[in-house]
Amino acid sequence: MYRSHVLVCGGTGCTSSGSEKIITTLEEEIKNKGLENEVAVVKTGCHGLCALGPIMIVYPEAAFYAMVKAEDIPEIVEEHLLKGRVVTRLLYDETVTDHGVTALNDTDFYKKQHRIALRNCGVINPENIDEYIGTGGYEALGKVLTEMTPDDVINVLLDSGLRGRGGAGFPTGRKWALAKANDADQKYVCCNADEGDPGAFMDRSVLEGDPHVVLEAMAIAGYTIGATQGYIYVRAEYPIAVERLNIAINQAREYGLLGKNIFGTDFCFDIDLRLGAGAFVCGEETALMVSIEGNRGEPRCRPPFPALKGLFAKPTILNNVETYANIPQIILHGPEWFASMGTEKSKGTKVFALGGKINNTGLVEIPMGTTLREVVEEIGGGIPGGKKFKAAQTGGPSGGCIPAEHFDIPIDYDNLISIGSMMGSGGLIVMDEDNCMVDIAKFFLEFTVDESCGKCTPCRIGTKRLYEMLDKITKGQGTLEDLDKMEELCYYIKENALCGLGQTAPNPVLSTLRYFRDEYIAHVVDKKCPAGVCKALLSYKIDADKCKGCTLCARTCPNNAIIGVVKEPHAIDQSKCVKCGACMEKCRFGAIYKE
Amino acid sequence: MSAKKQTVPFQGTKEQEADLLKVIAEHKDEKGSLMPILQKAQDIYGYLPIEVQTIISNETGLPLEKIYGVATFYSQFSLSPKGKYQISVCLGTACYVKGSGDIYNKLMEKLGIVGGECTPDGRFSLDACRCVGACGLAPVMMINGEVYGRLTVDDIDDILAKYE
Repeated sequence: MYRSHVLVCGGTGCTSSGSEKIITTLEEEIKNKGLENEVAVVKTGCHGLCALGPIMIVYPEAAFYAMVKAEDIPEIVEEHLLKGRVVTRLLYDETVTDHGVTALNDTDFYKKQHRIALRNCGVINPENIDEYIGTGGYEALGKVLTEMTPDDVINVLLDSGLRGRGGAGFPTGRKWALAKANDADQKYVCCNADEGDPGAFMDRSVLEGDPHVVLEAMAIAGYTIGATQGYIYVRAEYPIAVERLNIAINQAREYGLLGKNIFGTDFCFDIDLRLGAGAFVCGEETALMVSIEGNRGEPRCRPPFPALKGLFAKPTILNNVETYANIPQIILHGPEWFASMGTEKSKGTKVFALGGKINNTGLVEIPMGTTLREVVEEIGGGIPGGKKFKAAQTGGPSGGCIPAEHFDIPIDYDNLISIGSMMGSGGLIVMDEDNCMVDIAKFFLEFTVDESCGKCTPCRIGTKRLYEMLDKITKGQGTLEDLDKMEELCYYIKENALCGLGQTAPNPVLSTLRYFRDEYIAHVVDKKCPAGVCKALLSYKIDADKCKGCTLCARTCPNNAIIGVVKEPHAIDQSKCVKCGACMEKCRFGAIYKE
Repeated sequence: MSAKKQTVPFQGTKEQEADLLKVIAEHKDEKGSLMPILQKAQDIYGYLPIEVQTIISNETGLPLEKIYGVATFYSQFSLSPKGKYQISVCLGTACYVKGSGDIYNKLMEKLGIVGGECTPDGRFSLDACRCVGACGLAPVMMINGEVYGRLTVDDIDDILAKYE
């Protein structure tokens, strides 16, 4: 027994900020002090507050150390672990109040969260199956195999109201019932871990922090629909997740929780990994399956739906990582428990990846129906630098931008669609007044043009034409007619594209046209970019009152566009200026501005 | 997706070929084995030149055009060699709104190459990538798997100097 546990985050965010170094230093230092039999160091998954990484929590005190540096370790070991005095100076400042140290769950970031899918992330060592079992892991599988029929499982899921967390929101129970109803000699259970939406990393955190929950839920799915083989399709860009999944699969096989006659029943089920190779379209279900089969990941027409003809032309179900992560808890606590959270049509919680212009970047899991304002202002801690909120982007390249006027809308599947965005996999990127919405729309279209597989014409050519029109507008060459043409083309693509990628690709354009039309008009009519992003529409100027004539800018300019003599105000020759902004970065007096 | 013509002559060794044949033998009978074979082949050779694709075709019996089709579809596969130091700048949304586009432009200017290319001395290659999942540290770039976060344009010289 250890008297103290030190949890260090080994998620991607914290690893990138150097948590490996923290762990090795910590272990050395603990050894130096002879505490290795009293204090255990545990490398966990993601705690969510990636902005403050590397993160370290010491139990039993639950002292939350943030942005830990290797230099701080000797002090923490000496003071806290040896002498029992928490090093308040190094704690996350939100947990330090006048009355002493408060619990992490009382901070603004954690207070409104409710962790179901992320239950074990940051709590257990993901590379040790015993820790998962110790928190109730594989209990749900045991219950399903020994006490429930496949129909019981389906009814529990239907009653819980669980909908697919990959973005489309299809009821999970219905999907499983369809696959169960189709008879075949072989069926498959697949897990979509090809998290492609830029800015979303919840699936990665579940796989890295709690890989067994996915294996357990897939085995439950196998029992329910009558499948014996599962595949997890995971991005090759997630090496830590791949490694931990491999460890987890091997441990589960050793314990007899995967393989033949699980829990002493007739049920046999095994899981293999398949690595993606960097194609966004493979997140689409039919494309994912043909990719597992070893082909170009091009989607195909539905019907037939995968529940009838999926992987290797056999009945298949495909669910997202986060969907699976909810299932064992629903089995154990019952559908009523799950359905008591959320809104009328969207039950339970949803994990969001907060990013962009927000103070607390990281992962949060909140009950459905939480408002955008609560997420941005309370949990997210507002926008840095006192800037003004402009929009929140959800749903990645398939979603839209939500303006300030919808700040109080409760977030759920149907509300987001009604305001022209979508849930998507849960990326939530905050933008402030410095972001140009035309530029953002162009950014997403550039992404879709690049990632379109090219199979169907509306997507292959349509997105390219949309991109070209947006490019023209950001260069100040657009016309009002272009705006109408763009809108018409958007609806055409939505109606005619083959798969979800193409059908939703116009959303970023449509939603920005809907809420930020004035910005488009400013680009087209006034030839100005109000946010100061689109280079062709900007000019750099020197404020003669502030300029001291130090000549630094003139020496910096790569094109000799700045004229003036020492100690006299300088000026920029607009015909020579290439708008690189180098002068503005260098000026010490804030005399250079853009408009 | 880089279907560019290969400019560097193929210099595969006997050892590499033996490794590849072993990988193919291990996976040959699995369903949908082409992707894992290509991934391991790229680990062995660093890229997938036509010579490597031909070996895979001969051993698995899959037509070369199918292998070429798969190799050019996925952005992870490269038909041309990469630099000794592979730089990838994240142009995912979270990084982009925090200015990773400027970082990418600056690197192109510094290295004198565009994305997808390799410097003539074979030292650096530059690519844009989509979200490495370190959005909390945006903007982010990676050099041979090492992550650099919270970047500004001014950090670039110092970082590149480490690899000169």
